[in-house]
Amino acid sequence: MSTNGMTSWAVDLADVGAVYPFQGWEVVMTVLCVVFWLYWHVRQMRDETRELEEAVKTATNENMAKGIDRY
Amino acid sequence: MEGNLNALTTVFTEFYYFVTIVMMFLIHVGFCMYEVGASRRKNHMHTLLKNVMLIPLVTITFFLFGWWIYWAFPNAFPGMGGIDFEGAAAYTPWSESMATNLSDHITGVFWAAFLLFSWTAASIVSGSVIERIRSSALWVHAVLIGSVFWIIDAAWGWHYAGWMVQKLGYHDAYASGVIHAIAGGYALGVIMVLGPRLGKFAADGTPRDIPPHNPWMLAIGLFLIYTGFWGFYAACNVPIIAPEVIGGELTGATWTATNIYLAPTTLSAITFNFLMSLSGGLMAAYIVSKGDVFWTLSGGLAGVIAASAGNDLYHPIQAMFVGAVNVVIVYKLHYWIEKRFKLDDAVGAVAVHGYSGIVGLIIAGFLLWGQPSSPFEGYATINPIGQIIGAAIMFGLLGFLPGFLISKLQASLGVLRIPAEVELQGLDFHNNEIYESAIAQVCVAEKELLKKL
Repeated sequence: MSTNGMTSWAVDLADVGAVYPFQGWEVVMTVLCVVFWLYWHVRQMRDETRELEEAVKTATNENMAKGIDRY
Repeated sequence: MEGNLNALTTVFTEFYYFVTIVMMFLIHVGFCMYEVGASRRKNHMHTLLKNVMLIPLVTITFFLFGWWIYWAFPNAFPGMGGIDFEGAAAYTPWSESMATNLSDHITGVFWAAFLLFSWTAASIVSGSVIERIRSSALWVHAVLIGSVFWIIDAAWGWHYAGWMVQKLGYHDAYASGVIHAIAGGYALGVIMVLGPRLGKFAADGTPRDIPPHNPWMLAIGLFLIYTGFWGFYAACNVPIIAPEVIGGELTGATWTATNIYLAPTTLSAITFNFLMSLSGGLMAAYIVSKGDVFWTLSGGLAGVIAASAGNDLYHPIQAMFVGAVNVVIVYKLHYWIEKRFKLDDAVGAVAVHGYSGIVGLIIAGFLLWGQPSSPFEGYATINPIGQIIGAAIMFGLLGFLPGFLISKLQASLGVLRIPAEVELQGLDFHNNEIYESAIAQVCVAEKELLKKL
């Protein structure tokens, strides 16, 4: 058993192409990659919204003035 | 014609390693910026010099015996054949190969490439112990991990004839274990004995954050480490070699680049996987750390470190997921261990390097299961058990254990940690006083001159 089908390097490299594991699953891996990428945007946006809502609560006149002075 | 082709190949290989060495220097620049950025103002100069001075100390000891160990120790393990004095004779400091020699273009640059890895191993330990270790103690550790322990593990598991490769099918192409797990394990051993910085933990044991004095230095330091890491990846390869020179099972006449085990790979493959694992690490770290800059950037590094064991063979999407999954594990592990065992790892080195190295090795055992670890006949194939044992050897046997024992010895002799008064005052106190005094004197003198104009 080998995850890329090769169990030895007793080969002529002129005849060898892809050597990554689980060949044949490229489309599935691509779909998983897209899901991960889109999930990241959704999750990040949700977290950022929560963070901004918290920040608004602390944005008193005093704190805003302090922020302006801090530049 | 054939002679010229060989000469051209040799000079190309020489130049290739030369360029990687220059790139890898940036790793050390990055570590210095990172450590100084993470330390407080009262400790800058000592923090910087602690990391700078390991360069000459590791360099001369690596010249004296480190490089010899690599060639003498591939089978220096009980039952494996012992030390190869004959094979390593060319790498003694009195050998002609270890000198200016027109018939040897490779030894110097190959030695230097490994030497830069040695600096990295030592520098990883250096970061975790800032602001309370004595420089003299750290420099002893630097020599031991940089010129002894990491190079023993390289001989065992990062050499085409290493016993771990032959018997365990150990595969660690870009050093998840042989650099990062060992250095993280060693750092853990040291900080367990050294103890936390004063004020790190509240009376009830709750850990306090000790913020970096300069997050920008820290960020730029990590970017430089990324850049140097790229050179490190290239340096782990043999750039071009003919099948008959490998002397393994490869047939045909196609020349190839190989990994350190002389198994074929390409720079293109590792470029894909370096960037995808970096991206997976960054994205996961951003989410899990809630956008913390330190952890997001460190997470990128941790992603690459975890995928490094198999980045010669992974598909890029696999590399990305290895990086991402690893970061979630090591981030949570870092804080759990910090709280549970009251350990102060000032820069997260144990997690980013040590735990990531372990996780990466184990994942590689599953993803690459059954693939050949080497082009040579009779070697074990890559497998999870071999990788788990390999991780235990790297992190535990050659990393944690010596770090812990040597620190215990230093502590018993009273030469491990700086006095508490000095820690509170700051290691740079006298330097800072002299600096402030010099500024005051110059200002007074210039104002006197101004009055006369």
